Amino acid sequence: MKRLQPTVLYEKSLDLDLLREISHVPGIENVKHCIQCGTCSGTCPVSWAMEDTPRKVFALVRAGMRDRVMDGTAIWTCASCYYCSVRCPQEIPITEVMYALKRRAIRENREKSRNAQTLSREFVKVVGKYGRNHEISLMARFLMRTRPFTAFREMPIGMTLLRQGRLPLAGHHIRDIESLRRIMAKAEELGGTE
Amino acid sequence: MKFAYYPGCSLHATGRAYDESIRSIAGLMNLTLEEIDDWNCCGATAYMSVNEILSFSLSARNLALAAKRGLPVVAPCSACYTNLRKTEKYLAETPDIKRKVNEALAAGGLRYDGGVVSKHLLQVVVEDVGLDKVRALVKRPLVGLKVAPYYGCQIARPFPMEESVENPVMLDRLLEALGAVAVPYAMKTVCCGGALMGTREEVALRLCRNLLLCAQQQSANCIAVTCPLCQMNVDTYQGRVNEVYGTSFNIPVVYFTQLMGVAFGVGAEDLGLNRCTVPPTALLPTGT
Repeated sequence: MKRLQPTVLYEKSLDLDLLREISHVPGIENVKHCIQCGTCSGTCPVSWAMEDTPRKVFALVRAGMRDRVMDGTAIWTCASCYYCSVRCPQEIPITEVMYALKRRAIRENREKSRNAQTLSREFVKVVGKYGRNHEISLMARFLMRTRPFTAFREMPIGMTLLRQGRLPLAGHHIRDIESLRRIMAKAEELGGTE
Repeated sequence: MKFAYYPGCSLHATGRAYDESIRSIAGLMNLTLEEIDDWNCCGATAYMSVNEILSFSLSARNLALAAKRGLPVVAPCSACYTNLRKTEKYLAETPDIKRKVNEALAAGGLRYDGGVVSKHLLQVVVEDVGLDKVRALVKRPLVGLKVAPYYGCQIARPFPMEESVENPVMLDRLLEALGAVAVPYAMKTVCCGGALMGTREEVALRLCRNLLLCAQQQSANCIAVTCPLCQMNVDTYQGRVNEVYGTSFNIPVVYFTQLMGVAFGVGAEDLGLNRCTVPPTALLPTGT
């Protein structure tokens, strides 16, 4: 845990564009009405693993502290469980805001987004190849690209699943894979909504 | 009763036992499951953080294929269920997303205008089949079996299947209909960590530890789940939880469909009970 440090910020270092950049998320305008009650942080099952809790993230976004949000662990710790979203008294679609912030961080190629970028890229490759997820290919690709030297630690779990017939080695592509690939290519071209 | 069945990728691999148990009990309930022809991955949560349109287009293709058959969709995987519902909602509410998604679908000769109803399998069993029918099918009531009803996140939120978001009871009622005791389970809708098991294992392990501890405190004989990812995290990673936390949990984690099958008198092999990492000894007929 880092020691608390007083932060002095100069107005010119603030960046108020972040909120505007994610403004396509339906309901995002409610972020402006966040009352900092902390229901989200108290509800979040993983806020203990975040440097800045969800409540703080909203304060940071509104204050224009872009780098702290984009380089923090909070957005990558969110497990998308939607608990905060259903409890927020101001009806902020918090999980969707987290997704939007993740997409920004990826677009800006922030360091903490690299693992997620790798996972997503490999996922797209696997689905582009088969039309479905092929779990063993995805895990192998992801591990070899993110932590090749400690990947062996996953062997016992992998062996257990193999033994139980839960990890088919061969992947089979769907019948109309060509049309799915065309759909995926077009969707990639059209990009996100931001 | 006929539904378009969308098993999703996990049910062909890590969640195979879920698929096996569903197919073994569907006929008994007069539930006809017509698998969506040539379905594709729903996009899981991975796509959402990269490209929303891609994610919605994947689910929209499945919905378009189901629309051709004019059937409502049933999904056993909670993540697939959420993605189907979310795609339907965003396409209906955001014209820009609908236009882009249809532009992408057109590249594959498809179009989706909305209107397909998607349900989670638990909801279909409780609401469409009905608990009276379930009770009538019980041959071997699960008397004395204490079960922790674990709903997980994504069937409770953000698209809840019943009135109470905080305290769903569908699974509790179903377990009772099977003759089992549904123990009060405070963690019933708390997250198992989901995909964090791959990206931030230490975080997911702690969540699984909490789920197991809560079940143990209620003296549950097993945990019933409704999602393949919950099953894998809490079951297959239970050994790792024990290593990290110095605990000695040995709690079987089974799909609600497996419990239904046992109560209906279906054989353990046909329900994929042999695929559990923590052996569900209490559920197996004595002598095996």
